[in-house]
Amino acid sequence: MSGAPLLELRKLSVSFGGLVVIDELDLHVDEREIVSVIGPNGAGKTTVFNLITGTYRPDGGEILLAGENLVGLRPHEITTRGIARTFQTLRLFLNMTVKENVMAAQYGRTRSTILESMLHFPRARREERKIHAAAEEKLAFFGERLMGYRWNQPAYSLSYANRRRLEIARAMATEPRILLLDEPAAGMNPVETHEITELIGRLRDDGGYTILVIEHDMHVVEGISDRVVALDHGVKIAEGSFEAVATDPRVVEAYLGTAATTTK
Amino acid sequence: MSAGAPPPPTPSTSSATTSPQIGADEWVRRAGERLVDRTPQLVLLLVFVVLVALIPVITSNEYIVRVATDTMLYVLLATGLNVAVGWAGLLDLGYIAFYGFAAYLFAELSSGHYGIHWATWITVPLVVVGTIMLGFVLALPSRRVSGDYLAIVTLFFGQIFVTLTTQGYRWDWFGFGGVHDITGGPTGLTQVDPFRVFGHQLTQARDYLWVALAGFAVIAIGLSAANHSRTGRAWRALRDDPLAAEVMGIPVNRLMMFAVAAGAGVAGFAGAVNGAYYQGVFPTSFAFPTLITVYAMVILGGAGSLPGVVLGAIVVNVLLEVLRTPEHARWVFYVAVLAGLIAKVRPWRMLGAVLGGLVAFGLVVNAIVGAVWPRGTAGPLYAGGADFTTHGWFATAVRHWLVLPKNTYELPNYTIGNYAFVILIALVLTLTVVRGWKRYVLLVPTLWLAAFVWENRLVEEAPTTRPLFLGVILIVLMATRPQGLLGTPRVEVV
Repeated sequence: MSGAPLLELRKLSVSFGGLVVIDELDLHVDEREIVSVIGPNGAGKTTVFNLITGTYRPDGGEILLAGENLVGLRPHEITTRGIARTFQTLRLFLNMTVKENVMAAQYGRTRSTILESMLHFPRARREERKIHAAAEEKLAFFGERLMGYRWNQPAYSLSYANRRRLEIARAMATEPRILLLDEPAAGMNPVETHEITELIGRLRDDGGYTILVIEHDMHVVEGISDRVVALDHGVKIAEGSFEAVATDPRVVEAYLGTAATTTK
Repeated sequence: MSAGAPPPPTPSTSSATTSPQIGADEWVRRAGERLVDRTPQLVLLLVFVVLVALIPVITSNEYIVRVATDTMLYVLLATGLNVAVGWAGLLDLGYIAFYGFAAYLFAELSSGHYGIHWATWITVPLVVVGTIMLGFVLALPSRRVSGDYLAIVTLFFGQIFVTLTTQGYRWDWFGFGGVHDITGGPTGLTQVDPFRVFGHQLTQARDYLWVALAGFAVIAIGLSAANHSRTGRAWRALRDDPLAAEVMGIPVNRLMMFAVAAGAGVAGFAGAVNGAYYQGVFPTSFAFPTLITVYAMVILGGAGSLPGVVLGAIVVNVLLEVLRTPEHARWVFYVAVLAGLIAKVRPWRMLGAVLGGLVAFGLVVNAIVGAVWPRGTAGPLYAGGADFTTHGWFATAVRHWLVLPKNTYELPNYTIGNYAFVILIALVLTLTVVRGWKRYVLLVPTLWLAAFVWENRLVEEAPTTRPLFLGVILIVLMATRPQGLLGTPRVEVV
């Protein structure tokens, strides 16, 4: 907890057409912290992820990773600087094998050119070994789930929960400092949800990642979060511990509407 | 939202018991593999190189060696196109311009047109590097447009190349310095130097077969290595999902340009060989039909599979060559129909019924027509030359089974054939909408009419029937095996 936060958003704004989606948002994530972003549908949570990773360009404000401004960089440059994400809607490379999916994400961490690969130069061979080792290590993080014969199966043959795990493994393979997880528990059954809650904790404790997570499942949010940020209509309406945010009247209002607040 | 994917393949218990050594997990892993996947690609390449290299040794038939050399050029082209289309998934319709550009560049540097006669070991690398450069330039639109739009933009490059070379004999540099003849216009550049290697002039087809084959071996090893490297994985990743690839740290724009340029390099080598082999370059060799042929090879063989596109190139070019003469084309026609029936009609009883019905139907129609209209069965089998398909048991059988009207001035055969062709198309379209036993019943007259149209109309113009035949084969293959001969089925997300 020394000095500047690892990731910091300052007065970040973006609008599509006339619609202001994110309005002067301030947010920070410290080293080895797990921060959850919650909010009703359309609050702008995924848009924040798209802004951080460079998919969208903000209209104003700054995105600082360890003090360096990321605004204007291409997405792959941002990833190489240490930010990786998963997708809420799952965007795996479906026709590649499980292991290849993870190996592909090592692109930004290797340097050998196409000519070096064609001619089997020492650097290309060395990097290829490193890519294999890294992919196997990341997949091993998920226990037996993504091991053994699954390595050589196409990603489309995986179950929904395993696809979510593979997305996380792929993000890990970019060797990020901060992981952005977009609804990692969406569509999972209670057992799997419990498992993913544990996994996110392990990602921080064993993996050493800093984590910013969007999640709708409040059990997951309660189980993992050091800090919770609530968004509504692109504005931060509450921030603090899970208990403080969950009982905040503005958060309850955002989720359930004003009438519900009064009858409660 | 994420779309549903087909369920993972479930191993059938009967096959699992036949190989007790491997566990269930191992079985699942191997289930999708075929012989061509299990064999190391280097072994496949070695077998291929040895077989092709021996062709001129085994046969002294110049025609066969020439066909083999043409086919090797197509193998090279298909291999190059596979990089952009099969691996990176870019629909690049300007590819043929790279081939033409390279052939013309080689011709300019080694002909009397400018009086330049540089050595082969200088021109060939120069042409390859130059074409790679052109590849990078023409790949620029891929930064902004993708999919169908990229196809439209790159199609323009292919077309403008033909226009430039056809009109390039009166280049006037906007009025400065008079009119120049750069490309030789519609008649192209002729008297291009052959390759010179260690003081030897390569003048025979077999020399170019070996040159193209050696080049292919080097290119195949290099491209295969690239495909198994970080670059190849990045290509496949961006083919599946460019946005996810970009967010996973892959510079998508740069890699798309690499893919186009790598393919251009292969086309560049093929172009140089083309110029030296034919000792001339002509605009029409690099026009749209050639592009479509190469695409047909890649798609038929299986885009994304290196052995696949090589097989596709061989099948398509040998087929097109065989279809040049009526006697050979006739064989292809009947064997293709029979093979299609055997492959598709099940059970065996049904196959027997269809074949029996077909024979009976033809004999009955022949008998009726012969009784009502004697001239209708009096025609001969069309022949470009004499062999046993025109003078033998086969010809006798066909004459008693089909209806071959005698050609007359008032009612020429091709008029009858044209009407029958229209009816045949209607019958084929009807086939696609009827189901069950009705389809098999309808199949009999359809096949008979197909043979009628073939013998009375198409076989006389076998060379011009070739694209039609190729189209039919592609349609049938795409309907039964969309991934191509050796391709891997792909899952697309909606």
